[in-house]
Amino acid sequence: MNLSVKLGSLTLQNPVMVASGTFGYGVEYSRLLDLNQLGAVVVKGIRLGPVRGNPTPRTVEVASGLINAIGLQGPGVDGFIKKYWPFLSALKVPTIINIWGTTVEEYAEVARRFDALGGVGGLELNVSCPNIKEGGAQFGTDVKLLAGVVRACRKATKLPLITKLSPNVVSIAPYAQAAEAEGSDALAITNSFPAMAIDIATRRPKLANVTGGLTGPCIKPIAIKLVWEAAKAVKIPIIGMGGIESAADAIDFLMAGATAVAVGTANFYEPQTVLQVIAGLREFMQQRGIDDVRKLVGSVQVAK
Amino acid sequence: MLERTVQIVSNERDTDLYFRLVMRAPEMARDAQPGQFVHLRVAAMRDALLRRPFSIYQARGDTLSVLYKSVGKGTDVLARMGPGEELSLIGPLGHGFTLPKAGGETPLLVAGGYGMAAMYMLAERSPQRGIVFAGGRRRVDILCEDEFQKLGWDVRVTTEDGSYGEKGLVTHPLIAELRRSAAGRKLFACGPTPMLKAVGKIAEEFKVPAELSMDEHMCCGVGVCLTCVIPVKTTDGWEYQRTCTEGPVFDASEVMWEMPK
Ligand SMILES: Cc1cc2nc3c(=O)[nH]c(=O)nc-3n(C[C@H](O)[C@H](O)[C@H](O)COP(=O)(O)OP(=O)(O)OC[C@H]3O[C@@H](n4cnc5c(N)ncnc54)[C@H](O)[C@@H]3O)c2cc1C
Ligand SMILES: Cc1cc2nc3c(=O)[nH]c(=O)nc-3n(C[C@H](O)[C@H](O)[C@H](O)COP(=O)(O)O)c2cc1C
Ligand code: FES
Repeated sequence: MNLSVKLGSLTLQNPVMVASGTFGYGVEYSRLLDLNQLGAVVVKGIRLGPVRGNPTPRTVEVASGLINAIGLQGPGVDGFIKKYWPFLSALKVPTIINIWGTTVEEYAEVARRFDALGGVGGLELNVSCPNIKEGGAQFGTDVKLLAGVVRACRKATKLPLITKLSPNVVSIAPYAQAAEAEGSDALAITNSFPAMAIDIATRRPKLANVTGGLTGPCIKPIAIKLVWEAAKAVKIPIIGMGGIESAADAIDFLMAGATAVAVGTANFYEPQTVLQVIAGLREFMQQRGIDDVRKLVGSVQVAK
Repeated sequence: MLERTVQIVSNERDTDLYFRLVMRAPEMARDAQPGQFVHLRVAAMRDALLRRPFSIYQARGDTLSVLYKSVGKGTDVLARMGPGEELSLIGPLGHGFTLPKAGGETPLLVAGGYGMAAMYMLAERSPQRGIVFAGGRRRVDILCEDEFQKLGWDVRVTTEDGSYGEKGLVTHPLIAELRRSAAGRKLFACGPTPMLKAVGKIAEEFKVPAELSMDEHMCCGVGVCLTCVIPVKTTDGWEYQRTCTEGPVFDASEVMWEMPK
């Protein structure tokens, strides 16, 4: 049975990875599960320098979901390499590094630094952050800015590039196509959805940041539709994510057109989820005599 | 740190809304240290996804116990569970209290409400006896008084409504005691944040060391999500540290009570 898939030049032993920001830097969960079983480890977003992040409360639980406004706390490129790279580079599975910046130049510089490091599996561009130079417009919700950042990173590195799209757009197809045209090897869909929760007793927002990003099982059907639309618009592979907590959820994404999937919020409440998804996917294929996981990709049948 | 599906041995009401949950969890019971916690998942609770953190109250032989107050969705469902039913636990987690040394500083424990759970385990494991200051809003918020006494601790009770013990805040008898004598004493506290803050200030004023178990909202409980951070003083300024990993127990002198600019 073949479970392996390719994202550009990067081969994964199976299509199940973890979502950035929900798995730390790998080492934390390594005491609870064997990371070498995963398709890939994806680390928390990193920019050039260290970031303190937002004040607390930073997350709030809502019906079948979570709203977070962590504010991309992180050690920066040097801090990451010093503290976490020795562990990650010794893994048998690839590490994908989620990167961000507030200018195109910063993205490119971070990409260059990781290119020079050697041994990195791929870079995932988190474009859901504002471009300070362009007056705060989000890279991910402006096609021209998005194209610019992918182009600059493509020039800066030969590493497999994954563009993680924002769901906060009227139609995702032009963004998917722009990333593809600029040389992105794959897309990741989706990041979190803008959301808010209020404490009615105090009349105050439940997050210090007022608003945050909604994730978890409640977003899955919206994410499935985004993947399905993007898959029709591009040829490059898509990593589908949003609320996956079982193999059935993962297969849902594969059928919608995703080549790989990522488990996010579910790691927080059930760290074994990612292994359960891999085992369940294998079982599903066995039961139905499917010998290659790629046969599931985009296999949803929509009547014309 | 382990993840295990464990069986409930008993889950009985203590006072009012407080329950004692005993679980069969041999490996975790063996490893548990005072001030550490377990992250508990109530699978039946469908739309509320996250695990809930609870201090380890007792670890004896094969069993591990928590003492919890029913305050919301998760603890309500938990309170209705019974022997033989299963729960998922991750633990023991976090960095706990420094055990007092025999012949060392005299420990003064300050506990508010469910904070008495973590304090009990410390009182039990400490080779050095001392005083427990137990405070609550009402009489029913005073837990394990007899148990502390059986261990040989001097227990000073306060309630805000005066229904039991001295009327007022737990910090009143603490201040009185430190006025009598502060030298050679060390504070350990677990309870609501305003109480911890007051204890922190008192420690500073009387120049006594103090360890505080911080109560922050948690999500993953294992250090990956960065939900539970508090600002902590460092040699060159401050940084956010994780209550679930670097904490929950912090040295009072490191904790910053106001957000730095
Ligand atoms: C390190 C640590 C140790 C803890 N130890 C214990 C313990 O030994 N016994 C015990 O009864 N509780 C303890 N708690 C608090 C416990 O985790 C919460 O009461 C529990 O998560 C509430 O879950 P729920 O689903 O019932 O409440 P929800 O429905 O989620 O919330 C109900 C109410 O509880 C409040 N609440 C939620 N989480 C916390 C929290 N972390 N601190 C204070 N209030 C909270 C909410 O703001 C809300 O007002 C501890 C918390 C931490 C961080
Ligand atoms: C607490 C938290 C932190 C996250 N941090 C990042 C991040 O640093 N970079 C990023 O691209 N996505 C981040 N995400 C988004 C996830 O990678 C993922 O796209 C999203 O959570 C949807 O998947 P899920 O519903 O399975 O969680 C974060 C999500 C959560 C819940
Ligand atoms: S609760 Fe997730 S880092 Fe502490």
